Amino acid sequence: MIEFHDVTLGYPGSDLLTAVSMTLQPGSFHFLTGPSGAGKTSLIKLCYGELAPNGGRVEIFGQDSAAMSRDETARMRRRIGIVHQDCQFLDHLPLDENVALPLEVAGQKADPEALTELLSWVGLAAQARALPPSLSGGERQRAALARAVIMSPDMILADEPTGNVDWDMSLKILKLLAELNRMGKTVLMATHDLNLIRAAKGLTSARVLRIQGKRLQLAGSDL
Amino acid sequence: MSRLSILAPLFGGRTGADRVVPSTGPTALLTTLTAAAMAFLAVFALALSMATGRLADRWAGSLARSATIRISAPADQIDRQTAKVLEVLEQTPGVEFARATTPDETRKLLEPWLGPDLPVEDLPLPQLVEVTESEAGFDAEGLRLRLAAEAPGAVLDDHERWRAPLVALAERIRTIGLLSLALISGATAAMITLAAQAALAANGQVIRALRLIGAEDRYIARAFVRRFTLRTLAGALAGTFAGMLAIALMPAVAEEDGFLTGLGFLGLQWLWPLAIPALAAILAFAATRAAAFRVLRTVR
Repeated sequence: MIEFHDVTLGYPGSDLLTAVSMTLQPGSFHFLTGPSGAGKTSLIKLCYGELAPNGGRVEIFGQDSAAMSRDETARMRRRIGIVHQDCQFLDHLPLDENVALPLEVAGQKADPEALTELLSWVGLAAQARALPPSLSGGERQRAALARAVIMSPDMILADEPTGNVDWDMSLKILKLLAELNRMGKTVLMATHDLNLIRAAKGLTSARVLRIQGKRLQLAGSDL
Repeated sequence: MSRLSILAPLFGGRTGADRVVPSTGPTALLTTLTAAAMAFLAVFALALSMATGRLADRWAGSLARSATIRISAPADQIDRQTAKVLEVLEQTPGVEFARATTPDETRKLLEPWLGPDLPVEDLPLPQLVEVTESEAGFDAEGLRLRLAAEAPGAVLDDHERWRAPLVALAERIRTIGLLSLALISGATAAMITLAAQAALAANGQVIRALRLIGAEDRYIARAFVRRFTLRTLAGALAGTFAGMLAIALMPAVAEEDGFLTGLGFLGLQWLWPLAIPALAAILAFAATRAAAFRVLRTVR
């Protein structure tokens, strides 16, 4: 699904990632961990083509990301649900329209019932017409998750989705991601919260990738 | 994608792409007002250009076919020389009509300078002969030579000396009018580009969020292009009609060759200003589209 071949990323004389090779298989669940500034967000951005590698090759759905046109990149992203720590919403549109936006952008109509069901799944049905600035951090994260999955993507990339929420909300988001994984979605979740990784045991079969010294390592065994 | 499909954003109802960009009140109003002001000025520049064009044509056309012969001679010779001049003119190919002015006409000519009670008969004034050329025109140099031989006091003035700079002046003013139109167009395009870039910069988060969820550049650009094109079109329509109204209501002083009183449009020329809103909309479309794609290229 996503393959890194000897990928290097950084500035001349100052690499952030070096010789990174990995494969994310369909249906897999990976945690990505490492200290702050290690390059977790950059690695996630490489996965959806926001960053291009300085060396090596990133293949997304079998296509070299560096060779994709802007329109190809846009279409590729419709197959990937992306959740960032700082969820980016269109603040002037209500929550349900924000969540349905990927469909709109792809030229599809949102089914109102399915949309309500999706908002209920993330516990935000009551806030459907609320504007994003009025939502709490946890609500925004769940809304971002709903927006990420509305196109039924093949893969979910979540970059510190629990960074701004309390433990209970972190668990709730983790459970939603685990549920998506059970539905066959590939998940890559960046987090520096080792407790959360431990809490995933029993929820899903995940592997832990760690960025250490600019390199990517497989940390420990399967959970 | 066909070439015409890039115009698709302009037609049809409000699209989803329109909603993704928040309305920017002050920028919207400024764009519309500036477009209206520019269109208003463009109407006047166009009117100036057309009026001077007509003036140049009129001066060139009417004066080119007329000439004057001035006969300065002692009182006892003036009638004889006048008769000789008329005889020569009758025989000159290219002269359609010639006649000597009467003392009354001479008095009227001099009245603005010397008053109404001028004793024309007592003054040694030259006799004037009006000459109208045929389409083919006459040989001015040949006529001068014949007049010098037959009527030594006669001097031919074919108006060329003072007609040429006037026509050149009118032509120059027409060029300045057209240049003004070009400058107004350029300023409008620059203004819309700046406004569009400001709107794009102010909506950086929106653009990043849309790219993140898989929006293609043309989807994002569509919202900005449509909005700025329609705003400009609305402003330009208002400005154009205001300009046309102002010109239509301009006081009509009955001075046929007056310069400012001729400022305006005649007949089908009134259709020309209607091209201004269309041109403004095309400029806005092109300027916003270029600005949008330039900004979008900076966001992966």
